Order: sequence, then structure tokens, then C-alpha cells
Amino acid sequence: MAEMTKRDVGQFLARQGILVAFVIFIIGFTLANQRFLAVDNVLGVIRSSAILGVMALGVTFVVISGNLDLSVGSMMSFSTIVVLDLHDKIGPSLAIPAMFAMTMCLGALIGFLVGYLKLNSLIVTLGMLSAIHGLTLTYSGGKNMDIADKEGTWFSLFGQGSALGIPVPILMFALLAALLSLLLAKTAFGRKVYAVGGNGVAATFSGIRRARVVFLTYVISSFCVACAGLLQASRSMGSQNTVGQGLELEVLAAVILGGASLLGGSGTVFKTVIGVLILGFIQNGLLLVGLEFYVQYVVTWVIIILAVWLDIAANRGRLWSPIA
Amino acid sequence: MNTLNTNDLLKQGAIWGFIVLELVFFTVAGKYLSLSQNAFMDLDNMLLLFKQSAPIGIIALGMTVIMINGNIDLSVGAIFALCAVVLLDSMSWPFLTGLGDWVIPVSWGLALLTGVVLGAINGLIVWKTGVDAFIVTLGAMLGYRGLVFMFNGEQPTSHLNWTLVDFAEAQFLGLHTATWFLLGVAVALWLLMTRTVHGRNAYAIGDNREAAVNAGIRVGPHMMINFMIIGFLAGLSAVVFYSESGSVNPNDGSLYELWAITAVVLGGTKLTGGSGSIISTLGGVLAIQLLRKGLGHIGADTETVNLVIGSILIAVLFLDRQLNRKAKGELRT
Repeated sequence: MAEMTKRDVGQFLARQGILVAFVIFIIGFTLANQRFLAVDNVLGVIRSSAILGVMALGVTFVVISGNLDLSVGSMMSFSTIVVLDLHDKIGPSLAIPAMFAMTMCLGALIGFLVGYLKLNSLIVTLGMLSAIHGLTLTYSGGKNMDIADKEGTWFSLFGQGSALGIPVPILMFALLAALLSLLLAKTAFGRKVYAVGGNGVAATFSGIRRARVVFLTYVISSFCVACAGLLQASRSMGSQNTVGQGLELEVLAAVILGGASLLGGSGTVFKTVIGVLILGFIQNGLLLVGLEFYVQYVVTWVIIILAVWLDIAANRGRLWSPIA
Repeated sequence: MNTLNTNDLLKQGAIWGFIVLELVFFTVAGKYLSLSQNAFMDLDNMLLLFKQSAPIGIIALGMTVIMINGNIDLSVGAIFALCAVVLLDSMSWPFLTGLGDWVIPVSWGLALLTGVVLGAINGLIVWKTGVDAFIVTLGAMLGYRGLVFMFNGEQPTSHLNWTLVDFAEAQFLGLHTATWFLLGVAVALWLLMTRTVHGRNAYAIGDNREAAVNAGIRVGPHMMINFMIIGFLAGLSAVVFYSESGSVNPNDGSLYELWAITAVVLGGTKLTGGSGSIISTLGGVLAIQLLRKGLGHIGADTETVNLVIGSILIAVLFLDRQLNRKAKGELRT
């Protein structure tokens, strides 16, 4: 056991490559700019990643069960607009549960279509991306939503407040990550999610109700989206209809970066958190060394492909694809 | 055999039936609801419909090839934008300005070349690393978008060349330039997919990759060629569109990939690969554009278009599955 061959080291690097890369990045950026690891900067990065992160937590469940969710971006716009609108109509303490209920209804609808009707998740959520965007625009009449009295409400607590010196979005992200991590790793339901994603037919024959598990993953995803919408609405206290547009693919990028396979059956909540943080810290680090924000896109591109490639290469034991 | 044929006909013709249905509905509904006096089936209106379908349509036709091949390309929107930037920016490059109007073919060539190269990069990565095309092009969608921004920062890139605008707005035999491009691409790809070895192999690979490998088909080069084709078409789409408008924002073309995929799926092409038809995708493109125009015509808010298209997409998926049930005793899960 003690002797580590070269191959083992290679395997380790390939399997934990994303963590290694993360550490190298952090060291590099810290050397380039002392401020990078300062507490306020680190908190700032996590805080601005929290919205993306919360959504990624839910999508992790969907991806592990072998499906995709492209609708989270427009669903987040929907929940943001709804909660802002209802805030002025029925007050924050009623608006928040109402928004959660409406968003989770959408999640349940997707779960029904993908789980019980067994429709292809990519196309269903693609359709829902468009449909929910239309729903949001119809709801708001295409106008921006703003809270009329920004000072006289406690609603800003979620996005802007802090407890024990830690901003609330971070606390919420951490709390959700911990809860969902327990749910995925320590409960029967969590095992079923892996089983369904790993081999759906085998899961069915072992008596797992596949449809119900898939349905629940989408409900969890929509719950996370509602939390993200709440954070977004509370942070900006006003919003456009397109606030979440394009986020679905960034969320997916974070989940994949964390090492979840799109084929299902693998991935963890912790790894997704790492994926989210890597995206956030790279973005921040590049800004701190004086590069424009769009450089991160190119860097993310390279990192995603390298990460997945190394993972695949470790599994098949050779670097290049055997395809002729 | 006979029942099989009617079933096939039903599937192939479904999208055209849908288009006829849309035409009838909007014509009748337009009589009562429309605020304008013009009929919906107005000739100019229909010609405009073809022209407006062209940018997404050309990309969607390429996406059909990719999806028949069993892959997907999420980076087309970014390729579209990058080609557009190259097209417009290159017209003001110092060593090209001396060419006068001859700068146009050179810029077109550069834009198309950009598309082919970007597509080739995607294809090469998919081929050599074995990473799924979904992930490769998802990454490229971000990466290529970053390259777009690197060109001119957040500023729009503009260059208006009146010769080019005249060309783009010209009508030949009654059809706009963009329409000719759309139809030309459709015919070319239809020939490619139904009359050539490459097309046949692309279907075979999409249907069953293992079997294709065992049959001695070189899977990698075929996939790479298809990615180069869609890159080229994204470039062509940019050329067609921006010759007329003359200004590109760095965020232009985002979500084009999703619109293109929607059109392809409406046309009946399967995500799993191995089946699909270029002509049906053309139908899908027209159906979406008709829906947009029609809803506008009867005075519905433009917002509802997204809602309707999304719902139709899911309904099509559901109907398609009900029609294609393999067996009644399917595993209940």
C-alpha cells in the first residue's frame, strides 16, 4: 500500500485534478496580488458566487439522476420578478412563501413531464426555458420590477444583511449546501438518486420508483432556484425580466467542473461547491491581476474541457480517445 | 408495409400540416382580431417571413446535420457573433481598405474561414479527447464569447458598406438575398445528407456508433467535418445578417443555439441521432417564424410567443413519443 507508483500519482492527479488546479490557481493569484486571499475579498467572492452556487446545488441532484435542467435561468428570473411584485402587493412575509410555492409548481411540472411522462429532459427544459421566460414577461408586462419603498422594509435582509460578520447569502449557501449534502450522501433518497442515474433499468428492477425520484430532483432544483431568486431580488431590490438569462449554462458548467458526469450517477454536492468556487475565484483573480472580465470566459472554457478530459482519461487509462 | 408508409408520411408531413394549420388560423383569426387592414397571407408578408427566418434557419439546418450525427453544438451563437465581428472589423483593416469594394469578398472569406476554424477546433476536441460534444461546445460557448469581447471590449463593432447593404436588400426573382442563401443551404445540405457517402455515414454514426466503428467507418473525421460545416454555416448566417445591419454587439447571437435546437426538434429530428431530415428542419424554422409573425398579427403580446413556442415544443415531444411507442409492454418505470 505504501508504495505509490508513477501511475498511481497520475491517477490521483487525474481524479483530484480539479482540486489540484484550484490550489495552484489560488497560490498563483495570491503571489500575483496580495489582496487575493484577504478576508474581505474571499467573502466578497463567495458572496457573489452564492446565487449561482445555490442554483448549482439543485442542478447537481438533477444531473446525478441522469437528466439536465436548462430552465433554471429563466425560472430564477421568474421567481425574482414574482417576489418583487408581490412584495409591494401583499407584503414580504406573504410574498416569499407565495413565490416559493409558484416556483416549485413549475419545478413539479417539469418533474412530472420528465419523471412520470418520461420525456427527454433536455428538450423539456429547453421548452420550459422559453415558456417560463414568456410567463415572466406576461406576468410583468415586460416592465422592470422595483420595490417602491426600499428603506422601509426588512426584505433587503437576505441579499444585503449579515450575521456574525458573515453576509447572509454566504450563510444561506453554506446551510443549503450542508443540508443537501446530507440529503444526498446520508439518506435512502440520496442513494436512490445515484441508482437512478447510474442505471435506470437496474434501479427499476430493484424496486426504486424512478419516476418519483426524478420528480423530486426537479422539485429540489426549483426550491434552490427560488432561494436564488430570493437572494437576487433582495440584493438588488429591483430587477429586469432577463436577470437569470444565460445562467443555466453557467450553472451547468459549474456542476460539470465539479466532476458530475452528464451521463448521471456521479457527482457530489461538495464537488459542485468546489466547481462554483473555482469559477468565482478565477473570475475574481483575473480581475485583480488587471484583466478584463471576459478573459474568464476563455479560461473557463479551457478548464472545463481539461477537467472533463482528465476525468475521462483516468477512467479509460489512456489520454487520447480510441475513436478512429 | 402500407401502414408503415402512412405512419412515416404522418411523421414527415406533420410539420407541414402544422404550418398549414397556422396559416389558416392566423388568416381567420386575423380577420377579426387584427388591427391592421392587411391580410396575413399577403405576398410581401410571406417574403419577409422567409427573409427573417434566414439567420436562425441557416444555423438550424447545420444543427440538423450535427444532431443526425448524434452530437449537439451549443457554441453556434458565439461563433455567429465572432464571425460577425471579423466580418465588420476586417473591412476597416488598413491593408484591406485599399481594395475598394473588393474588400467585401475578402471580408466574407475571412468571416467564413473563422467559422470553419472555430468549428474545426470543436470537432477536433470531440474527436481526439472523447469528451461529449455537449460539454465541449458548452465550454466553447463561453470561450468563443470571451474572444468576441476581446476584439473590441464591450463596444459594438460597426462598419456600414453601402454596396453590401444594397446587395443584402436586393431581390432576385422576387426573393430577398437572405432567402436565396437559406434555400441554397437547404438544397446543398439535403444533397449532402441524402446523396453522398458522408451523409450516409453521418446517419450511421448517429444511429449506432459502435456498429459504425465495426463497419469500418472512421467516426472521428466525419464528426469533425460536420462541426466544420456548422461553423461555416454560423459564419454564413452572420455574413447574411450583418451585411445588412452593419453593427454587431458583443452579446449578439446568445441563445441562438437554443432557438436553432428548438427548430430542429420541431422538425422531428431526434436528439439521440440517426434520424432526421433537412427539409423538415426548414419546416420547423418556418413554423416558428410564422408563429412569431402570426401572434403579432392578431395582436397578441410578443411576450406570449415564448410561452407558446415552449409549450408546443413539449407537446410535440409528447405526441412524438406516443406515436413512436416501441411496444405496449414497455418497462413500466
